[in-house]
Amino acid sequence: MPDRPQSALVTMPNIPDPDGFYSELIALHDGRSAQDSAALNARLILLLANHIGDRDVLRAAMEAAADSGHAR
Amino acid sequence: MLDDRYPLEYRLYPYARSTDQDAATPVRHPVVIMGGGPVGLACALDLGLKNVPVVLLDDHEGPGQGSRALCFAKRTLEIANRLGCAGPMVARGVVWNLGKVFHEDRKVYEFNLLPEDGHELPAFINLQQPEFERFVIDRIRAAQSAGAPITLRGKNRVEAVQQLPDGVALEVLTPEGPYKLEADWVIGCDGAGSPLRKMMGLGFEGRVFEDSFLIADIRMKNESFPTERWFWFEPSHKAGASTLLHKQPDGVWRVDFQIGWDVDRTEELKEPNVRKRLDAMLGADVEYDLVWTSIYTFQCRRMTDFRHGRVLFAGDSAHQVSPFGARGANSGIQDADNLCWKLAAVIAGEAPEALLDSYSFERQAAADENILNSTRSTDFITPKSEVSHMFRNAVLDLAEHHAFARPLVNSGRLSTPATHDDSPLNGPDAVTGAPERTRPGSPCADAPGEEGYLLRRLGGMFTLLALNCKVPSGADALGCAVVDMACSPEGALGQRYLGTRGQAIYLIRPDQHVAARWEAPTLSDISEALERAKGKV
Ligand SMILES: Cc1cc2nc3c(=O)[nH]c(=O)nc-3n(C[C@H](O)[C@H](O)[C@H](O)COP(=O)(O)OP(=O)(O)OC[C@H]3O[C@@H](n4cnc5c(N)ncnc54)[C@H](O)[C@@H]3O)c2cc1C
Repeated sequence: MPDRPQSALVTMPNIPDPDGFYSELIALHDGRSAQDSAALNARLILLLANHIGDRDVLRAAMEAAADSGHAR
Repeated sequence: MLDDRYPLEYRLYPYARSTDQDAATPVRHPVVIMGGGPVGLACALDLGLKNVPVVLLDDHEGPGQGSRALCFAKRTLEIANRLGCAGPMVARGVVWNLGKVFHEDRKVYEFNLLPEDGHELPAFINLQQPEFERFVIDRIRAAQSAGAPITLRGKNRVEAVQQLPDGVALEVLTPEGPYKLEADWVIGCDGAGSPLRKMMGLGFEGRVFEDSFLIADIRMKNESFPTERWFWFEPSHKAGASTLLHKQPDGVWRVDFQIGWDVDRTEELKEPNVRKRLDAMLGADVEYDLVWTSIYTFQCRRMTDFRHGRVLFAGDSAHQVSPFGARGANSGIQDADNLCWKLAAVIAGEAPEALLDSYSFERQAAADENILNSTRSTDFITPKSEVSHMFRNAVLDLAEHHAFARPLVNSGRLSTPATHDDSPLNGPDAVTGAPERTRPGSPCADAPGEEGYLLRRLGGMFTLLALNCKVPSGADALGCAVVDMACSPEGALGQRYLGTRGQAIYLIRPDQHVAARWEAPTLSDISEALERAKGKV
């Protein structure tokens, strides 16, 4: 494994069975209204953020998310 | 001409003619305090006890009626204790530890504040602001009888000020007409609307929050609620977008409804309309008397600089915060605590005027911290966008099931005193492994000792606190009090001040903030730190 600072955000592939994970994520939203889904996503973000805990990683993730988007 | 702007709760300093009004030329006083709210009163008492003559001018004759500050935090009580008036406040105040948080009609969770042991005073008390002010005035009266040079002048409204090269000229209006006064120093404690600030053309920038809150103080007739703090987010009774229920002395409860920005105040304050909200919340069969109702809105803002030559601003005149987190009066009392020893030292010629710039420096940083905290609470309680609202509710939903989300719930954070980390007055931090909480700049944490609580022993002058050791010879001639205390590593004193070390010497300022600490200082280490703490370096 390459050396990296402990608190760096992982942006290389890290999820086993990516297709399986992706369909699970989409299935979670099946049959929900846009608003419900958004609320669910908010809860999910908070759970994951707490799991990560490291403020530097969280900040890097927020930046990476903001930087990769396209205003629509 | 000099009509009351608000009704009085107590008439404690009725107008009386002073000889200054008959003087041919304006009489000069060392310190004039403008405004007799909690902050002005605390300044008058603190300076008077230090034997600095003060004249306090207020445009009313006592504390105003009505529901404002309710939560007084430990640091405020510790300062009051140093000034000799905490006893009656604590005896009268309500102490609570249990809080409950509701969302819609569900209880999300409850918490017990479990205050840390080994402090003389509680984490906070609920006490009505007019009563707090009355206890300070009672203490001022006692100090006056014992010779403290304090004068309170009711119905004395400051109308104009002018900076002189070495002081300030004031024009004062009384029921018997105007008179002129001069002061070496003026402390502006004239509240958030500060006429003084306006007279001097000084700004007050910040953020307006577009929401109104309706306060109803009620006395239950048959029912009673437990002594707990209940906070509802989006209660299903819809009486407010959020609602807070809080206990005051004498079986009175404070209910605080968030009612939105575009409201018709007169309409909302009509008794049947207030009762409609209360009945929705309490149930129609609960009987109560309405003791007080009012509507407030708020802003978070501060002056850029708290010192302008010979004029110093303290309390709400200098900074304003939202009520969430109870940081208004509490931070104002800390302003007084920070300012008075410095002003007394400058007046006595023991310190340069520059020491007063450290007041601005330290308390401006504290105000920023308070504004940050209260803004964060406000943004959680009244989310400003759809997304913010969604995350707020996500936190509440999760908090019901998962402990991790509970620290994110922010219905107001307890007011804690500021640590002056970058203060120019701070000296060395030379005790390796000593606790963070007592680093230079921190307010001293209380702890029990063999001869009573630490903060009582510190009193209100520069103090060398020697723990498990002796101060170097000659140190008792530096003009500091010396307090020797023995402590074990397991006891509260040892844990709060020694950490892993066996001994330490602390230099403590008159406002009970740590100036420096060493394991084994030389005499010159100490005298250098003392010079620095007096603003001489
Ligand atoms: C709803 C509400 C709830 C609050 N809850 C809390 C809480 O729980 N805890 C807390 O710490 N704080 C709380 N606060 C804030 C607290 O009330 C204020 O921070 C506090 O009163 C500030 O004290 P002060 O002495 O600086 O100013 P003030 O109390 O406003 O006093 C200013 C004084 O100056 C006088 N004055 C004005 N103009 C002149 C003049 N020209 N000449 C002479 N005198 C003049 C006024 O009459 C008044 O007596 C709350 C505020 C509100 C509105």
